[in-house]
Amino acid sequence: MKEIEYAAAHSVDEAVDLLAARGDKARVMAGGTDILVQLREGMRDADLIVDVKKIPEMMQFSYDPARGLHLGASVPCYKIYGDAKIAAAYSALADAARIIGGWQIQSRASIGGNLCNSSPAADSIPALIAHDAQCVIAGPSGRRTVAVADFCTAPGRNQLARGELLVSLHFPPVQPREGARYLRFIPRNEMDIAVVGVGAWLRLNDKAETIAAARVALAAVAPKPLAATEVGEWLVGKPATDATFSEAGARARKLAKPISDMRGPAEYRLHLVGVMTTRALAGAAERATSK
Amino acid sequence: MVKKSHVATTINGEAVEFLCEPRHSLLEVLRDTLHLTGAKEGCNNGNCGACTVILNGVPVNSCLVLGVEAEGSEITTIEGIASESHLHPLQQCFLEDAALQCGICTPGFIVAAKALLDRNPNPSEHDIRFELAGNLCRCTGYDKIIRAVQDAAAVLQENKS
Amino acid sequence: MATKTPHEEAATWDHGASGSAKKYKVLGTRPIRHDGVDKVTGRALYGADIQLTGLVHGRILRSPHAHARIKSIDYSAAEKLPGVLAVITSHDFPNLKDKMADLGEGTVNLADLSANCLAHEKVLYKGHAVAAVAAVNAHIAEEALKLIKVDYEPLPHLNWVLDAMREDAPLLHDNVFTSEMGKLAKKPSNVPVHLHFETGDVEKGFADSDIVIEREFKTASVHQGYIEPHVSIAHWNRDGHITIWTSTQGSFTARQQTAELLLVPVSSIKVIPCEIGGGFGGKITVYLEPVAAILSRKCGRPVKMVMNRTECFEATGPTPGSFMRLKLGAKKDGTLMAGEAWLAYDAGAFPGGMIGPGCMCVFSCYEIPNARVDGYDVLVNKPKSAAYRAPGATQAAFACESVMDELAERLKIDPLELRLKNAVHEGSRRVDGPVYPRIGFIETLEAARNSDHWKSKLTGPNRGRGIASGFWFNIGLKSCAAANVNADGTVTLIEGSTDIGGSRTSIAMQLAETLGLKAHDVHPQVADTDSVGYTDVTGGSRVTFATGLAAYHAGLDIRQQMQARAAILWECKSDQVTWEDGLFRHGDKTFTFRELAGKLNQTGGPVVGRASVDPEGPTNGFGTHIVDVEVDPDTGKVTILRYTAVQDAGKAIHPSYVEGQMQGGSVQGIGWALNEEYFYDDQGKMRNASYLDYRMPTALDLPMIDTIIVEVPNPAHPFGVRGVGETPIVAPPAAVAAAIHNAIGARLFELPMAPHRVWAAIRDKATAG
Repeated sequence: MKEIEYAAAHSVDEAVDLLAARGDKARVMAGGTDILVQLREGMRDADLIVDVKKIPEMMQFSYDPARGLHLGASVPCYKIYGDAKIAAAYSALADAARIIGGWQIQSRASIGGNLCNSSPAADSIPALIAHDAQCVIAGPSGRRTVAVADFCTAPGRNQLARGELLVSLHFPPVQPREGARYLRFIPRNEMDIAVVGVGAWLRLNDKAETIAAARVALAAVAPKPLAATEVGEWLVGKPATDATFSEAGARARKLAKPISDMRGPAEYRLHLVGVMTTRALAGAAERATSK
Repeated sequence: MVKKSHVATTINGEAVEFLCEPRHSLLEVLRDTLHLTGAKEGCNNGNCGACTVILNGVPVNSCLVLGVEAEGSEITTIEGIASESHLHPLQQCFLEDAALQCGICTPGFIVAAKALLDRNPNPSEHDIRFELAGNLCRCTGYDKIIRAVQDAAAVLQENKS
Repeated sequence: MATKTPHEEAATWDHGASGSAKKYKVLGTRPIRHDGVDKVTGRALYGADIQLTGLVHGRILRSPHAHARIKSIDYSAAEKLPGVLAVITSHDFPNLKDKMADLGEGTVNLADLSANCLAHEKVLYKGHAVAAVAAVNAHIAEEALKLIKVDYEPLPHLNWVLDAMREDAPLLHDNVFTSEMGKLAKKPSNVPVHLHFETGDVEKGFADSDIVIEREFKTASVHQGYIEPHVSIAHWNRDGHITIWTSTQGSFTARQQTAELLLVPVSSIKVIPCEIGGGFGGKITVYLEPVAAILSRKCGRPVKMVMNRTECFEATGPTPGSFMRLKLGAKKDGTLMAGEAWLAYDAGAFPGGMIGPGCMCVFSCYEIPNARVDGYDVLVNKPKSAAYRAPGATQAAFACESVMDELAERLKIDPLELRLKNAVHEGSRRVDGPVYPRIGFIETLEAARNSDHWKSKLTGPNRGRGIASGFWFNIGLKSCAAANVNADGTVTLIEGSTDIGGSRTSIAMQLAETLGLKAHDVHPQVADTDSVGYTDVTGGSRVTFATGLAAYHAGLDIRQQMQARAAILWECKSDQVTWEDGLFRHGDKTFTFRELAGKLNQTGGPVVGRASVDPEGPTNGFGTHIVDVEVDPDTGKVTILRYTAVQDAGKAIHPSYVEGQMQGGSVQGIGWALNEEYFYDDQGKMRNASYLDYRMPTALDLPMIDTIIVEVPNPAHPFGVRGVGETPIVAPPAAVAAAIHNAIGARLFELPMAPHRVWAAIRDKATAG
């Protein structure tokens, strides 16, 4: 690696100042599992690494059933799935956190980092979209909130402007008969980047037979993670059955624009969008009815 | 020229200090500065687990941790797994069950397996395979490694009772 | 006292005829390996662990192009970077035009080997080494590479054998002329060699067949995947002696290759083999040793060079990708009448690929009276292919075993019975000529048939079972051993086979058995090239066989000398002293080995046993594998449910390590079958040169791998040992393909059988049917 400086910020303001001063020559590092590889391989460039794991606000998380989940952007994955209440309430998030890399990666990698890396194939992002998570961003002019669904702008790129830092993610409180699932297709059983990933979230009606609300999001089939809004809207009012989920899968396929690359041919990925959407919705429904 | 940083940390229960550049990984520091060469570089990008160490209680790929991040931490490497007088049951079971052939992945597996058994003393075969999926082995086909971890878990349970 | 001739000696070998197993004290037990504690505590020293005073670090600049002419290299800016001590290119290597060397396993063109270490006028694959830098640390060396300016003229590239074989294909080399039946072609091409074997009357054989099946197959390049990257440290001392620490499967071949490339006497180089983190055939050719040596000469310091993972994939020696056409003809009752194979294997960037063994193995399991094999070594813009565990055989077996499976299906004969019906045995003649001595193929089939796995019912949708067999020759070649008797009754064994899988213990066990000692009373050392006699590579599944044989003979030498010492003490003649069951005896006088060892100094001094052997291979290793799979019909993903590997080991010296070879080879084969491949883009560049996207099986991708060791003793070894390391990788892709077919009713003819290909096969079958 070329010579590089390192600074650990101890507050959000300190981090924002460092980032604003150095602009695109500074890169934030939480778990480091993406950025260090990219810096070594020359995929990203920086003169300064700003370590954000010493910022208490970014390393904390708290869950209150009435207020939802507040998740610091640097919190490592293992703490998320390791918390039984959070894993139960935000199960697609826990699904994703459990399968980003192997255990050694999950000990360090953060959901915030996965989001800011902004890969179209990122495992956490469909889950975040499905859970309707909101990004809290701090910058030189203060703080702002952005829906995760709007955060990524292009492969590897996102909304963060010079000096801005993702501080935390907020998830709305969970209501009865809600369930969520993140599923991905990979050729092995672990350690692969998603060929196709699907985050699905459902709220069922009081008889748990009909879908009252739904969100579906897709990974690895477009230049950025794809909020399949039309599919979510179509699902409302439909019975929570396999036939519905299958049709939803067909509709999701219409929105996907996969490319052929070393992780799979486009035609196959398109087919998988249908299969994995159906399965993810079925998984979400099962969790919704089991509560 | 970027100045080296002074880092104070605890490795295998001993207070350790070293100098390193920001770009040095913890793996490089362990191997090249501290001569703890048990952790190995297999890929340098977090895909093989040969560099696994335990950092503040969790297994990590030391190739993806910077040396400077070790400040104030507690680190366990393969060199710290055995006690002064005995091999750890994992090490003994790896030997008895012939769970190594070339041995290059062995330190990473033993450290990861120790973290596993510390957290889950009675793992199923699936649990073991899932948690060790981040450790690649090319020689053994994993069969004897899994059996060694199972046998070590049994020994540790016995030792407790 | 007369020593026995080899024949007389061999006549004493009792392998336990007709089922009565000879009782061994040590062989067949499972002692803890002698190097085990160091390996589980992180103390064992692999190449990258070596620290030396004044050590500096080297890195290599590599071609970004798959094929290009090098117009100029300007490294002046790199030399000026603070911390850089030396920069070299191929101009710093001696000129070796057209020199050939015999490296024991075949001849090598030294100019090619040199050009592969540092490119001459052309780069022939992405990753081809172009220049090298030594600097005070690896980071500075890496930064220096960026300052080297290379002017390339890109050329059209090839990475598929059939494209490279076309008349109008661009040429990688303008001096390669196809060698065919002893003649050289007139025009240059990308095909250095065309091999042809033929027996019987193939046309008549097919005409007499009731059924003929012909299929085409493709396999992608795959890599050995050893977890330890290549590493070499070289110190060119001021007295002209060169010391090399390296991760190698053969210290002596590394020494010889390096000496030939540097044009120095072999005796001026000492190679110290470090512990090695996997090789599988990929650590026999030198890549770094000569480069590190020349950097060391230039800067006066020891130079350590370590490849990173990307370099291992892009710039070492993957196994050939292939195109194969295979045709079998049989009678209704399953008797094979004729076989024809057309094999085109990647050589990679330089001639000398694995087509030979592929041709020899393709029909090696079956008695086929009429057969023809044509094999082509084909140049493509990929790294020069190297051996990968039974090189060339896996590809060939994928083709032949798949067609056998299809024959079984169409003839409605059980696939195991079809193999038994046609299985080679003692006296069978292979298409390339050799006649098999006593072999154990049929025994592996019978053991498979009797296995729990084969007898169990496989139930459930989308599940299938497959079976396939495989063969590898296993070689003999040269090994030396010396053994020093210690006064406390232990023996230090000096041998030269680098230990990739526990072999030092298997060798020590053979010496222990010979001397009536416990395994841990023998202390094996893997020695450097100055300390042990010439020993050929750890490869070809030869070590337990040949170096074990050397240990055995060193043991006999010790026994004979100690018999003479006992005779001195008992005042009798040497030939009146017998050795049996660990005791030296004359009348009612006995010494244990330990007792006599304590008296050596008073009877003439230390006893040193020695041996130098060059046994003829092959030892002929056969295996049969059974696999159950489940296929997800919606995604094409294949899960291995159950796997059993059966193999004839001759005599399993240390059963745990024999099992380990069977399991490891099976899993490499499973990876090859399902997910591993070099993925090239349209610029001829490998896109997946990392463990992330070159998908080797993880622990979560597999079940336990059951093993059944069959022992049909090898008549050419005192304990019946046959090589075991390579055979287990041969059958798995074909076995998995057969299982997939059994599950989904469609056949795949291309490796890897990645999910998208399995899904496409399911889909195509659905639209067709």
